[in-house]
Amino acid sequence: MLSNLLTLSIGAILIENFVLVQFMGICPFLGVSKKVETATGMGLAVVFVMACASGLTYFVNLLLNLLGIAYMRTIAFILVIAVLVQFVEMFLKKSIPALYNSLGIYLPLITTNCAVLGVALLNVTKKLGFIESLVYGATAGLGFTLAIILLAGVRERLESSNIPDFLKGMPITLITAGLLSVAFMGFSGLSF
Amino acid sequence: MLTICLGRKAMNFMMDILFPVILIGGMGLVFGVLLAVAAKAFAVKVDERIPKITQALPGANCGGCGYAGCAAYADAIVKGEAKTNCCPSGGAAVASKIAEIMGVDALDVVPMVARVMCSGTKDCAKTKYIYSGETDCHSAMKLGGGPKLCSYGCIGLGSCIKACSNDAISIKNGVAVIDKDKCGACGQCVAECPKHIIELVRADVSYAVTCSSKDKGKKVRAVCSTGCIGCGICAKNCLAEAITIENNLAKIDPEKCANCGMCAEKCPQKVISFMTVPYEDTFEEFVRV
Repeated sequence: MLSNLLTLSIGAILIENFVLVQFMGICPFLGVSKKVETATGMGLAVVFVMACASGLTYFVNLLLNLLGIAYMRTIAFILVIAVLVQFVEMFLKKSIPALYNSLGIYLPLITTNCAVLGVALLNVTKKLGFIESLVYGATAGLGFTLAIILLAGVRERLESSNIPDFLKGMPITLITAGLLSVAFMGFSGLSF
Repeated sequence: MLTICLGRKAMNFMMDILFPVILIGGMGLVFGVLLAVAAKAFAVKVDERIPKITQALPGANCGGCGYAGCAAYADAIVKGEAKTNCCPSGGAAVASKIAEIMGVDALDVVPMVARVMCSGTKDCAKTKYIYSGETDCHSAMKLGGGPKLCSYGCIGLGSCIKACSNDAISIKNGVAVIDKDKCGACGQCVAECPKHIIELVRADVSYAVTCSSKDKGKKVRAVCSTGCIGCGICAKNCLAEAITIENNLAKIDPEKCANCGMCAEKCPQKVISFMTVPYEDTFEEFVRV
């Protein structure tokens, strides 16, 4: 069981990294990666929401299967994730203001992060159990955090380097992201 | 037979449509109610003065007040941690609005301006190498602390110009100069300068020591012909006893300064400049002497 979870985690963080290998959640990956500090905030918020969403959608999926309308999965999951994020935001604002202030505006942004929906749908296709879903969700979020912090670190250095005019801004960022992605291809050799 | 067939088909059809509609609709309804209840249960009481003050502030989030942004400053005012007159870009108008919201007497606002505390133009300050990289102070800073021999001096590549939202800064002969009339005292340049030599000073005080060097006199003389050498002549001649020498650098206390001009006259390095006349003129006048 434990080795199974470990395999799943390494798979989610490195081999099947959500951003750099599966290309999900590119919007926040490029949008919130200007500073390492904000990137970390966004990453942690994603870890949190992905773990919660994985757990909740597991039960929603059971319900949908029971009624034989599994084809409604995508819509139902979107609904659940949106509600979950709203609820989590309210809950944090009331009970853990410190965490709420540090996650700040990133929480509502996650509603539209397709990586969260992706992890919920992948849990179903991979036929994962409840615990496995939770672990897969959290580690997929960690993979996202790793990727966004890596890119933010590179972008901070790019700020003060001499880049040709036509590559300044988004072009050089996309090239960097591409190179990171190529580097992560190397982990495919780890797959069991 | 036909009717039964049709009936069954109709039933199946109904099931196919109704089930999903009921389920998703039902989920939406339940979630909606849950959120409404949660919103009530988890409602955080926000002091109604906070959004009002945030509205009254300029909303530039410049950080000139010393807080993270306008909302953070508004929060601090309501909590009683901050005074109502700390917004430098809003000035007296904003301060009186805030005082009105808080129901207290309006405090006097001292108008501030940002000032580059360096006079080391190309003619005065010696250089150790010729920099030909990107025109950005942070880049030059990484190359041995910039091209000037003086480790405190203005690099003069204009990172502050990019940070300034009022277009008030220009580079004059290798040193950044801030136009007093355009400056909104937001403090963006203060935060941006890698040498930390831009200061917010009182706009009504005429004299300031435009040098940041904490080196000893001999070393200052070796790298710059107009740097403060910490000789103390200004302090001795000051009628109001407003000048102190700290770390080999003269400092004028704006609260005590009587604007007499004795210090600027006696300064052997001509580094104390007069601020109330347009800054550029005095800049040329004093630096070129």
